[in-house]
Amino acid sequence: MQIFTCPFCGPRDEREFHFIAEAGKTRPDTLNQISDEDWAAYLHSHRNEKGHVREIWMHTTCGELFLLERDSVTMEVLGSTALREAGQ
Amino acid sequence: MKRYSAWQLFREGLRGGKGWGMAWRTPKPKKQYDVVIIGAGGHGLSTAYYLAKNHGITDIAVIEKGWLGGGNTGRNTTAIRSNYFYPESAQLYDLSVRLYEGLSKDLNYNVMFSQRGMMVLAHSEPEMEMAARQYNAMRLNGIDAEFLDAKEVRKRAPILNYRDDARYPIHGAVNQPRGGTGRHDAVAWGYARAADALGVDIIQNCEVTDFLMEGGRCVGVNTAFGEIRSGMVAATVAGHSSVIAGMAGFKLPIHSYALQAFVSEPYKPVLDTVVLSPAVGTYISQSDKGGLVFGGALDRVPSYGQRGNMPVQEAVIGGLLEFMPALSKVKLLRHWGGIVDVTPDSSPIIGPSGVDGLYLNCGWGTGGFKAIPAGGYLLAHRMATGQHHEISRPFDLDRFTTGRLIDESAASGIAH
Ligand SMILES: Cc1cc2nc3c(=O)[nH]c(=O)nc-3n(C[C@H](O)[C@H](O)[C@H](O)COP(=O)(O)OP(=O)(O)OC[C@H]3O[C@@H](n4cnc5c(N)ncnc54)[C@H](O)[C@@H]3O)c2cc1C
Ligand SMILES: [Zn+2]
Repeated sequence: MQIFTCPFCGPRDEREFHFIAEAGKTRPDTLNQISDEDWAAYLHSHRNEKGHVREIWMHTTCGELFLLERDSVTMEVLGSTALREAGQ
Repeated sequence: MKRYSAWQLFREGLRGGKGWGMAWRTPKPKKQYDVVIIGAGGHGLSTAYYLAKNHGITDIAVIEKGWLGGGNTGRNTTAIRSNYFYPESAQLYDLSVRLYEGLSKDLNYNVMFSQRGMMVLAHSEPEMEMAARQYNAMRLNGIDAEFLDAKEVRKRAPILNYRDDARYPIHGAVNQPRGGTGRHDAVAWGYARAADALGVDIIQNCEVTDFLMEGGRCVGVNTAFGEIRSGMVAATVAGHSSVIAGMAGFKLPIHSYALQAFVSEPYKPVLDTVVLSPAVGTYISQSDKGGLVFGGALDRVPSYGQRGNMPVQEAVIGGLLEFMPALSKVKLLRHWGGIVDVTPDSSPIIGPSGVDGLYLNCGWGTGGFKAIPAGGYLLAHRMATGQHHEISRPFDLDRFTTGRLIDESAASGIAH
């Protein structure tokens, strides 16, 4: 069983967590006209890296979103950061 | 190529098998090829074979970082079927089933394609209505299908759970009689041997580490054995497609996940068809050796780890015991994982990559073993003629920009 750490609740069983997306994507400004290519890239293009990854996960028990850094080969967890502070 | 036959088998039996020889060569890579294919899984090898056989392009190297067939092709549960929902998918996967039907003869290699049928169970009246919808879609797509009631399912698979107090009672099933299983290694080996005989160089233990780019065009690859130039490059690397795309400087609509499978110790025959229960998410067949081969859903953590996690193991095994409680004392022999390339619509990507000279045959995710003959056939057509075959056209990478997705994950609740 893999243990992830919620920045608010502490270490918990992986079943309590849900992968949301890769970190660092920003939604294009849809108030302006955007090209099909840009919109498709936003929706569908992923880095899908082998090795060190930075991802947004949700701890479904408390509902909080946070930044999870881990290794996608060894599955080692490298750190959890609350988004509220990191976003400021 | 030395042809395999019953006579040869008999003769070699008497000679202690001394005359078989190697099934393919171990060539040194040349400096230049017409076509370089990255990845010697089923799709890479079949692409090479059909380029050579159907289009006369034989100056090809297939470059594999490990051993041929050592990726998902040698790790899958070998279910072959074309019971998809959308016409585009039905056309694609049925081309593959038809090619599989003639494959042992075509390759002169027994791929052990056994059309034992594939039953998808329905466990409630609403599920029976969805099953009827699936059955109708299949018939409209020109795919063989049977709509079975509980009595008929029981006749065909008496080992399922028919108790009155079953948590998932069996109401019926949709069956595809032409579906079944094959021998995964034999598919890789058969294509490798036949491609080799047509002049294709298969280079094993040689990782592709980078692309050679000139004026924005891909003109070859850098490998563990040095530079290899080529007119066209195809990437057939499944779970590593994003890594390859990263080398060429673009991103794909793909996430890589681990998919697990399990096999039990060999038992006497208890099941002579493939059974899937979408409600519990587990499917099972019995191999010719007697092993019960089963699997289920993807792990939920994106991964390149090539091994699985516990929550999904529990769900798959627990699910199996819901509809086959008789197996509760069966002992597992092995369990493993492969890294699969999952697209947003669970449909593959076949065709140009957007980088000149570089082509893709990937995104098969959890279900590309059944598609090995078609994937290679269609990519070879696209590369050799410069035009999509009408069957592969809808599966071009451009569908993610146009929005014309072929959402089989939503439509048919796909399993492998
Ligand atoms: C557990 C499991 C069960 C499955 N069950 C089924 C099923 O029942 N039915 C079904 O239809 N499908 C099933 N699948 C899916 C199926 O196995 C795959 O879709 C299919 O085998 C993909 O074939 P491929 O040739 O594209 O990839 P692979 O067979 O994975 O081949 C890709 C090759 O590329 C090589 N490679 C990667 N990077 C490089 C590089 N940089 N340089 C050189 N070589 C490289 C790899 O070593 C590998 O050998 C299952 C998959 C898994 C993991
Ligand atoms: Zn929490």
